[in-house]
Amino acid sequence: MLHIINKSPLTNCSLDSCLRVAQRGDILLIEDAVYAATTGNAFEGRVREAMGRFRIHVLQPDIEARGFAGRLIEGVLPVDYSGFVELTTTNKTCQSWL
Amino acid sequence: MSEIKKFMFVNRKAPHGTIYALESLEVVLITAAFDQDVSLVFLDDGVYQLKKGQQTKGIETKNFSPAYRALEGYDIEKLYVEKESMEARGISEEDLLVDVTVLGRSEMGELMDQQDVVLSF
Amino acid sequence: MKFGIVVNEGPYQHQASDTAYLFCKAAIEKGHEVWRVFFYHDGVNNASKLTEPPQDDRHIVNRWSKLHEEHGVDLVVCVAAALRRGIKEENLAQGFRISGLGQLTEAGIKADRLVVFGD
Repeated sequence: MLHIINKSPLTNCSLDSCLRVAQRGDILLIEDAVYAATTGNAFEGRVREAMGRFRIHVLQPDIEARGFAGRLIEGVLPVDYSGFVELTTTNKTCQSWL
Repeated sequence: MSEIKKFMFVNRKAPHGTIYALESLEVVLITAAFDQDVSLVFLDDGVYQLKKGQQTKGIETKNFSPAYRALEGYDIEKLYVEKESMEARGISEEDLLVDVTVLGRSEMGELMDQQDVVLSF
Repeated sequence: MKFGIVVNEGPYQHQASDTAYLFCKAAIEKGHEVWRVFFYHDGVNNASKLTEPPQDDRHIVNRWSKLHEEHGVDLVVCVAAALRRGIKEENLAQGFRISGLGQLTEAGIKADRLVVFGD
């Protein structure tokens, strides 16, 4: 299943909750959630740790818009909107953690 | 409609502070009329939606919490609450206004994986 | 594949409707069908024809109308949510229609994938 997160992990628990509840699958970070995928943020350790269980993707246009294109955690997979669509088709269901 | 899908409604927001809880309940009630396999999940602050004894007179808004008790009449009987979310909020089953199934986090995750449609508001 | 989309936030206030639109565009470019976009909660404000952004900004409402015009995307605004927020037939932008919540459930049933964009 594809889990879509759109909030910064430093202000909202949605990514934390997703990592607590979901068992496996793909996670896509969009909008303000892309900050989770940047090096040096306080949540970086949790993201690295989660990579064993999940494939973690980040929406590239959102990361570029926020000035962090050069600061992606190694192993996080950048996708464009077309890649976002692809992720929703390769997974049977998707859940937006609103 | 012959096709039956597994619909899961995920509630992660507290009631009253925003309209999401009330308007999602409206979707749930409509979906019940479509004879689908409906589950409701309460996670994080969503568990506050089920707290007993809500009195909204003083804030002059509609108290919709009794409607959760009416769900049974619409054949919506699958209500799940995550154990960890309840514990983090000091809430036990006796504090809730309806009967629910309490699931641990990984059981909840497995249940999500089995759905056809997941709606969150 | 046949997509159903849900938009729960108003335009300009939140990025949700921008992301939803760009997702729809990409899906169509890839040869998928975006069958219906359902506007709920403050998302109903995406349908107001009274919207007038500054000249140098994107026109979110017109962008949706164009998607309907060029690709036949069914733009449905929830009636209960719309009336609460002052959206009526008389101020509905081109291509949108007002209908009941059942249209959202129907999108969940008939679409291959339902993707929700919100806060």
